[in-house]
Amino acid sequence: MKRGHPVWSVVSEILVFLVFVLFLVPFIMVVINSAKTSKDIIFDPLAMPADWGQLVTNVRLIFSNSTVHYANAFLDSTIITVLSLAVIVLFSAMCAWALERTKTRWSNLLYFAFVAAMVIPFQVLMFPLVRWMKVLGGFLHIQLLQSIPGIVFAYLGFGCPLSIFVFYGFIKNIPYELEESATIDGCSQARTFFQIVFPLLQPIIITVLILNGIWIWNDYLLPLLMLGSNGAVQTIPIAVTAFAGAYLKQWDLILTSALIAMLPIIVLYIFAQRYIIKGMVEGAVKG
Amino acid sequence: MHKTNLTKILFVVPCVFALVMVILVPFFFGLYYSTTNWNGVSEDIKYIGFVHYQEVINQPDFLYSFLITIVFTVINVVLVNIVGFILALIVTANLRLRNFYRAGFFTPYLIGGIVLGYIWQFLFNSTLPALGKLIGIPLLQTSFLSHANTVIWAMSAVNTWQYAGYIMLIFVAAIQGIPPELMEAAMVDGAGYFRRTFKILIPMMANSFTISLFLTLTTSFKQFDMNFTLTRGGPATRFMGEPVKASQLLAMDIFNTAQANLMAEAQAKAVILFVALVIVSLIQVSVNRKKEVEL
Repeated sequence: MKRGHPVWSVVSEILVFLVFVLFLVPFIMVVINSAKTSKDIIFDPLAMPADWGQLVTNVRLIFSNSTVHYANAFLDSTIITVLSLAVIVLFSAMCAWALERTKTRWSNLLYFAFVAAMVIPFQVLMFPLVRWMKVLGGFLHIQLLQSIPGIVFAYLGFGCPLSIFVFYGFIKNIPYELEESATIDGCSQARTFFQIVFPLLQPIIITVLILNGIWIWNDYLLPLLMLGSNGAVQTIPIAVTAFAGAYLKQWDLILTSALIAMLPIIVLYIFAQRYIIKGMVEGAVKG
Repeated sequence: MHKTNLTKILFVVPCVFALVMVILVPFFFGLYYSTTNWNGVSEDIKYIGFVHYQEVINQPDFLYSFLITIVFTVINVVLVNIVGFILALIVTANLRLRNFYRAGFFTPYLIGGIVLGYIWQFLFNSTLPALGKLIGIPLLQTSFLSHANTVIWAMSAVNTWQYAGYIMLIFVAAIQGIPPELMEAAMVDGAGYFRRTFKILIPMMANSFTISLFLTLTTSFKQFDMNFTLTRGGPATRFMGEPVKASQLLAMDIFNTAQANLMAEAQAKAVILFVALVIVSLIQVSVNRKKEVEL
């Protein structure tokens, strides 16, 4: 496109820059107030901190806090997210491939069940789920509540419908001849999938990882119901709410804890920005 | 060659098992529980018919939650899409830092409602009043979260700030899919910026509006996290002569009902949410698809 009048283009550059800064003000406020004492925040939340060293003090206070174990929450969140993503990607890809490459009444019905499940809001499922997980866990002799395997299993259930849907659409466009020739060469079905199909899924796997990763990392209600607000296993959002509940209106600590909670995602975003944006767009358009 | 074999059956087992155990069984139990006396404590659960549905649709606090959820959804569908569209126009314009802006505008979406709720609680309760004092605007000096008639707008502002960047990404993809020759031809023919935007850009993006409207509609209707940490439902107000929580959206009403051990009642409310959500989104998608064809 042609550029407009030079003066107009300078004005619009400045204008957009100001809008952008305004948009980021909430983050700026978090950072500057995380470096203040509670008294300083009440006195003037808009002022720049007198001493940035206070930020280190606040961060130390949070990590050494006895009510909430941030380091543990961070570790638990990471383990839960990584394990859930691994099972979601692997099992959804397998399921989508098996359903797409089989044309029977049963495969269509199953595919329809997965798609239909996406319509059901979490609110209808959450309370019966907790009760049912207790029963099922007792029956299988596995602890499903307050345990990492339990919540990973729940995330597989909630995450697989959309993931299967996204994989299914992608696999449909992979030429079947590739697999056919492998089968003729005596390659087993399982080997065909893992050695030929799965590597081809790489771009869409990134999409599935990002879509589910952002959701699971930030999810609050499912961990709250399945792990409890004071259980042995805690995720970051639960730790943040527990902390804010215990230190009501102590903004120096609450904002610092918010900053600590945000930091890992922001850092990841800076490095994987291109993939995250691409993944979100594809996920939305296909889902 | 498309024959079902053992490997493929084994391949679907993990996801089918998870789907049945995590979604289907709880779903049907959930429908059933809404017609029982389930209270979360007693194991003796009995069928009592549609009593809770009748109770619930006469409860001022539920009706109020339902009503403000609709108001909140309408405000947000409009705001998020307009702001998202403007942001998309900004980051596709000929600006030096457009990729940087695009990345920045999307950041709030990544943070998640729980943390954002606390951040904005601080902004509304501390920062804005301080700013109001500094520049002498009385309107800013009391928190927007403390009045029944401003709290929904405050929540909408946060929701828009969080989701506009995401909707922007969808619009950007749509705008980049439009052949540049089309816009150039219109420019040569003398169509101004606004004319090009409304007569070419928007009609060419019809498909992405179906998606963005669906996403904003369903996420606003189910909003919980930000509501929970920003306002906790407060402040109090009156509706049908009863005291109610001014910003308690449906999802939070369901949660709080269950917290009070009224499990079956919460379940009935959740089923109503589900039915309403299905009806509204079916209408939206069919209307949009029709519009897409017309354009």
